[in-house]
Amino acid sequence: MKTDIILSGVGGQGILSIAAVIGIAAIDSGLHVKQAEVHGMSQRGGAVQSHLRISDKPINSDLIPEGMCDIILSVEPMESLRYIPFLSKEGWLITNSKPFINIDNYPELEEVHAAVKAIKNSVLIDADGIAAEVGTRKVSNIIMLGAASGFLGIEFSALENSISVIFGKKGEALVTLNLQALAAGQNEAKNQLNS
Amino acid sequence: MNKLVLLGDEAIAQAAMDAGISGVYAYPGTPSTEITEYIQKSKLAAERKIHSDWSANEKTAMEAALGMSYAGKKVLVCMKHVGLNVAADAFINSAITGVNGGLVVLSADDPSMHSSQNEQDSRFYGKFAMVPVLEPSNQQECYDMTYKAFELSEQYKLPVMIRITTRLAHSRAGVEQDTVLEENSLRIPEDSSQFILLPAYARKRYKGLLSQQSKLEDDAASLGFNKSIPGTDHSKGIIACGIAYNYYMEIATQHNLNYPVLKISHYPVNSLTVQKLVDSTDELLVLEEGAPLLEELMAGMLKGNYSINGRLNGTLPRDGELNPVIVSEALGIPVEDRLSVPGIVAARPPALCNGCGHIDVYSALGEALKEYSPGRVFSDIGCYTLGALPPYNAINSCVDMGASITMAKGASDAGLKPSVAVIGDSTFTHSGMTGLLDAIIEKTPITVVISDNSTTGMTGGQASHATGRIHQICIGLGLEEEHLVEINPMRKYHEENTKLIARELAYNGVSVILAQRECIQTAIKRKKT
Repeated sequence: MKTDIILSGVGGQGILSIAAVIGIAAIDSGLHVKQAEVHGMSQRGGAVQSHLRISDKPINSDLIPEGMCDIILSVEPMESLRYIPFLSKEGWLITNSKPFINIDNYPELEEVHAAVKAIKNSVLIDADGIAAEVGTRKVSNIIMLGAASGFLGIEFSALENSISVIFGKKGEALVTLNLQALAAGQNEAKNQLNS
Repeated sequence: MNKLVLLGDEAIAQAAMDAGISGVYAYPGTPSTEITEYIQKSKLAAERKIHSDWSANEKTAMEAALGMSYAGKKVLVCMKHVGLNVAADAFINSAITGVNGGLVVLSADDPSMHSSQNEQDSRFYGKFAMVPVLEPSNQQECYDMTYKAFELSEQYKLPVMIRITTRLAHSRAGVEQDTVLEENSLRIPEDSSQFILLPAYARKRYKGLLSQQSKLEDDAASLGFNKSIPGTDHSKGIIACGIAYNYYMEIATQHNLNYPVLKISHYPVNSLTVQKLVDSTDELLVLEEGAPLLEELMAGMLKGNYSINGRLNGTLPRDGELNPVIVSEALGIPVEDRLSVPGIVAARPPALCNGCGHIDVYSALGEALKEYSPGRVFSDIGCYTLGALPPYNAINSCVDMGASITMAKGASDAGLKPSVAVIGDSTFTHSGMTGLLDAIIEKTPITVVISDNSTTGMTGGQASHATGRIHQICIGLGLEEEHLVEINPMRKYHEENTKLIARELAYNGVSVILAQRECIQTAIKRKKT
């Protein structure tokens, strides 16, 4: 078993929380994990990504080789496209549809969505919209994790446990909210893939 | 024992604490910052009262660490690669004095310059100082080698360097801990002249350092951090240093390659270490993250027609970090067709945050400078360096910590008047104060803008030594009180600020504009807690 995931977004959008939830879930499932993050200058509103590798065998490279990535999981649609040279031919691109616009030359959103749909296996999720229904936009990153949960090769319950561990320090209410977000994301992806 | 999931940086921090350090000394710098931060948050460190406050700069950190070692305790000092330039005087001389308590110097390099102004390779400093250098390839080795480094340092009575690069510093994996050792007790050096580098003493100590070198080479070959991995395909031999080993193994596993490999994680490397590989293979590929240090050495060691491939002959790119694709291509394995990034994807460079005081500083300064020709703003290292990018295009230089003030002085001496420096608060206390003293003593016409956000912003908001002290420091250095102008960098004071800056630009002497406004990121964090 091996799942190579690129998490992408803009500095401050919470991709490292997604990585932490998957990472703990994978370790608790007895798997090997390597996760390369971006710290420093790029975090200031710039494009950020994290390479997250899960495997039942020891992992060598901290970086995913181009063309070998199983999932691009993105909290921002244009950012999901930045890393598609990494995507394998059968890989999945799963992204939030809501743009984060902090540059003047952001492309037309329809073109961005069209480019996402042009990928063989892609899922566009209105994570901000669903997050607002759950209660707060702050959980849109966990909505995206829920949407990708079926592709990770990790039990859904392991992700739930991991959320309880990570958010437990900040109170039970936040755990419940994030568990709801995880389930809502999972449902949305299921509905889309079945339709 | 349970595995901890740690960044390479955090594994180093945990290992140092477990090895019994009594202190860590550092100035924040990507990608090394998280080491000290991890110790600052650690329970064990709190229980043991391990010193972990930030230092003013890497030189003061290195010297304080040497002092703690003098007193017999184990100590870690960390910095980014360019920080080692600042600490270099103390570092090089610490190899001559040697140590008493174990002293480990961690330098985190940044090949591809993700957050740096160059990609210098710290292994050269290790070689220059003639101390052992360990270069881990993964998080577990970060732990194991740091733990062992304290033992080696006390055994050799020398500082030991650990060199990592950005990818390892900022990548997480499971790490197993070793036994937690006790701290050393206070114990001054047996040889009372060890730390006195008077020429007569220093010559003696230097001869001692030279005579240790063959032992250091032998141990590097035998202690087990350098590994020889046999292979059946002798058409090529692979030398892989540090993290480059992972990239090779990734490709080798994927394509069932079976070349003999020499994994290098411990320097100095002597010719005997590589001779066996050379004798049994047709040619060599040297994979190094950073500069071709070993590759150059090999070219000197090996005579004849034996071919060495690597960064020097174009088999690998001469600059930038390695990755699996680069290593694959160097092995002659073409990479399959990949999807390409759609043309609509726009670059999203880092930018100053909304609500950042640096923006208002640049906007007022820019307007005040309109009446002069362009090219007069010398800036420095920090978030405000982003003022180089559009829409600000506000600065003309960024070289090293503190260079804004001294370059402005030099340009002013050459006749460029007004000449302006823009420097942050933490950078000012790191290396700006001495330059300001030069200018004050000579009454050099410069205008120094200290954009004070009361934190070390770019590295994530560490405490700044300058907070609340800049006014006193400037006056203490001899600045005329009437030319220390404090402004509030907010849009509503733009006109007033512009006028004040314009007035000081016209002054034929040293002025300091102190623009204080809390960093928006630390303000948000503070309100959350």
